[in-house]
Amino acid sequence: MTRYIIRRLLQAIPLLFIISIVLFALMQTMGDPIATMGGRTATKAKDRERLTRQLGLDKPIYMQYLFWLIGNDWTKTDMDGDGVPETPGKRKGVLRGDFGTSLVNRGVPVTKVIGDRLPNTLLLMLAAEFVIITGALLIGIYSALHQYSTADNVITTATFILYSMPVFFFALVAMYIFSVNFKRWGLPYLPTVGMFEPETGKTPIQVAWHMVLPVATLSFAFFAGYSRYVRGSMLEVLSQDYVRTAKSKGLPKPDIIYIHALKNAALPIVTIIGLDLPFLLGGAIVTERIFAWPGMGRLFLDHVERSDTPVVMGILMMIAVAVIIFQIITDVTYAWLDPRIRYD
Amino acid sequence: MEQTATPTTVAQLVPDELETPPLTLSQLTWRRFKRHKMAIFGGITLILLFIFSFGGVFVFTEAYANFTETGNRLQSPSSIHPFGTDTVGRDILARVIYGGQISILIGITAMLVEVTVGVIIGSLSGFYGGKIDSILMRFTEAVFIIPQIFLLLVMAKYFAGKVPNMTLFGRTFSGSVVVIILIIGLTSWPYLARIVRSQFLYLKENEFILAARAIGTPTSQIIVRHIIPNSMAPILVAATLGVATAITTEAYISFLGMGVRPPTATWGNMLEGAYNYIETAWWLWLFPGMLIALTVLSINFLGDGLRDAFDPRSRAI
Repeated sequence: MTRYIIRRLLQAIPLLFIISIVLFALMQTMGDPIATMGGRTATKAKDRERLTRQLGLDKPIYMQYLFWLIGNDWTKTDMDGDGVPETPGKRKGVLRGDFGTSLVNRGVPVTKVIGDRLPNTLLLMLAAEFVIITGALLIGIYSALHQYSTADNVITTATFILYSMPVFFFALVAMYIFSVNFKRWGLPYLPTVGMFEPETGKTPIQVAWHMVLPVATLSFAFFAGYSRYVRGSMLEVLSQDYVRTAKSKGLPKPDIIYIHALKNAALPIVTIIGLDLPFLLGGAIVTERIFAWPGMGRLFLDHVERSDTPVVMGILMMIAVAVIIFQIITDVTYAWLDPRIRYD
Repeated sequence: MEQTATPTTVAQLVPDELETPPLTLSQLTWRRFKRHKMAIFGGITLILLFIFSFGGVFVFTEAYANFTETGNRLQSPSSIHPFGTDTVGRDILARVIYGGQISILIGITAMLVEVTVGVIIGSLSGFYGGKIDSILMRFTEAVFIIPQIFLLLVMAKYFAGKVPNMTLFGRTFSGSVVVIILIIGLTSWPYLARIVRSQFLYLKENEFILAARAIGTPTSQIIVRHIIPNSMAPILVAATLGVATAITTEAYISFLGMGVRPPTATWGNMLEGAYNYIETAWWLWLFPGMLIALTVLSINFLGDGLRDAFDPRSRAI
């Protein structure tokens, strides 16, 4: 198993290289980051020339990529514009853990810009993942045990509708019902913006209360999809011989369902949870924009709009690494749960 | 005893078979499809939506759909404007009709791009294997790993404003429509490529391919005439669902303000900024949002029905 993990990690290295080159090439003409640096006034031609030189944007693209990758402390740059490179570079490069500094928030390291927002997104994602898994298991097992009953049919239709609903439409409907109309009817209503009310401050209760709608929005589609999946795999497992054997042995029903059936039915679910991580991250962009949640998705949107290459590259590479690691974890978990699978 | 019994059973069976001629594959598929009530519902709804968006041209002109009258902004639904008016006083019903055309157009053409790229990469990879396979699959993985929406936003920024507006059939289309079609198509093929690859891996080992090879059929003919028709079912299902995904994806990026630029309406860009009016003007987002949800739901039902109908293991007749 260790050899398998090492091999997968080694395979990931060229993959990450391809991804970083493609993304870096895409970034180059994303827009002009200098255009907005003068604040409200347009950047002057003289400043533009100086900034381009100081930020290293006048270098050919492969040099920029090289600086991004391995840093520029081995060479000298021309900072004062006399054509003679004299100032030694300070950047260490991604390979040594330096993602550069943000162009929008001048001088702030990318790792800090992302680090400030990451916990907020993780909070949202972990809560959503928890809702998705527990909800899908409960609903899926219930429908599988009551196949073709009225409840099962209602659940089937409802999950299909939820599954087809675009994230933003669900968010708008939920906002309209649970905050606009509840407020109108004088009921306790859910907040729609931010993480906490400015006057009460960032208390855990405030944050939890503000998380309700974003988490619901982020999880509903996956919840619907997974509960169909749980139902399907539970039904398949329940018709297996060993379940019949367990029944005829006279085992109590909960033991049969949760120990004999669910353990085996959960196998394919582990895979989709691992593989759906990129989609959950994608959903976070829209959700964070609508609910003004100060997370990575919104950070990404804001910085794409202002062509902040270092930050955008940093976010995307971090996501790529996270997705690859999750894929490996998924495969390993799968092998650990299912002894029939061997990777060596 | 046995010797006499066998001929009689055969004799009884033969006229019986003659009375009901065996069903062809397409007849069987159609029968299975018809049993899927939700798929029929999806199909009919899609036809109605199609008539709504393309037939609406005879009721409203495009100039009317783009006609702004700021004095008339944010009017709630009335007899003159059945779906109300938007933030600059345009009629939402007319815009929903014209937006539907563009949304459906984007859905279908983006799917065509996706299928073309996916089938080419998947079939080359599955058929040739070896080095070509590992290079193409690494590339597929690379595209797969970055969440599509992130790639789309970066690419939308990259191409924004680079394609000029164009006139087709006497109508002006924003150049961003072409951009969106291309970038959605070019970022959503990895999933399809994997399906096609696995189909090819399985099919190329079959005897009929060996037979085709033995009589000297050129490789291109083997791929186009023998393998692709046999892997049509999963491709069709994926393509159907691909239309739904493309429509939602367009709505996502337009919703985030990086998609199709006005005045060309799509269901997605009609929703842009609508959440700012969540308390005051529900009609701004309800109608386009419902139409997107309904279209996607119908396509998903249709895709589900097709999947069941094409499934050779399904014994339902």
